[in-house]
Amino acid sequence: MDNLDRAIINEFQGGFPISPRPYAEAAARLGISEGDFIDRVRSLLEAGVLSRFGPMFHAEKLGGGLTLAAMAVPEADFEAVTETVNAFPEVAHNYAREHELSMWFVLATKTPERVAEVIAEIEAATGLHVYDMPKLEEFFVGLRFDA
Amino acid sequence: MSYVPDDLDRRIIAATQAGLPLCPEPYQAVADELGCGAEEVMARMSRMLEAGAIRRIGVVPNHYKLGYTANGMTVWDVADEDIRTAGREIGDFDFVSHCYHRPRHLPHWPYNLFAMVHGKSHEEVADKARRIAAALGSRCRGHQILLSTKILKKTGLRLAA
Repeated sequence: MDNLDRAIINEFQGGFPISPRPYAEAAARLGISEGDFIDRVRSLLEAGVLSRFGPMFHAEKLGGGLTLAAMAVPEADFEAVTETVNAFPEVAHNYAREHELSMWFVLATKTPERVAEVIAEIEAATGLHVYDMPKLEEFFVGLRFDA
Repeated sequence: MSYVPDDLDRRIIAATQAGLPLCPEPYQAVADELGCGAEEVMARMSRMLEAGAIRRIGVVPNHYKLGYTANGMTVWDVADEDIRTAGREIGDFDFVSHCYHRPRHLPHWPYNLFAMVHGKSHEEVADKARRIAAALGSRCRGHQILLSTKILKKTGLRLAA
């Protein structure tokens, strides 16, 4: 990664233009050509430095359901439970964490009502209690990673 | 508060949620795929951006590749009457990427304020958590740092099927 890659990452975590030639506009801000900007983004995606490039949608504002859920998974069952939980298409992210509540996953559903149904299905499939921790208020969501 | 997407909005979401086309006229490319005009695609995306249905448009860095390999979900037990002011203060720290008020599950889980902290080492995460603790002062009755030990799944959100 060179300075130009860093500049793209630091300048464009938001604010990419909606216009007929947005890459040309974005490139002009960095003093490079449209083609160079596109090539850089493509390389950064291919290298895995960027996980995505484009619009980030707000699931709940679009009518979907979203929650954070946690389970206390016994160590001996951890692999099997991981497989069971990950098989649900509504499970978007799943992290193992150092705590008695050892598995934390985000559920994203097409409707808000579906959250409770999926939780019940996961409880039935694993025999474990699911702690539902939906957000009550959002204070900040952004990503401010400096490259 | 919420934005009710119509059929064409949903098709735009489905066509762009994996990413914007990497060609000089990406909105035209999306329009061609959907059989509508580029003006229509841009107008709808602008509307969704204004309504907050699109949070932002840009790059999503893989923080692991940038060296931010440690992430700690810090959780805090804050008195209900302080949660809003405390949440805003903590959300303002530049090292906090997400900050939410979430429900307690007493007696097992007393924590109601969640702040995700990223760092290049566990020590850095712990140090940042100490700065949050200092800012909360006596408003915080207890806290924990839940370090992630493994990513079990990460597919991103799939909104429109």
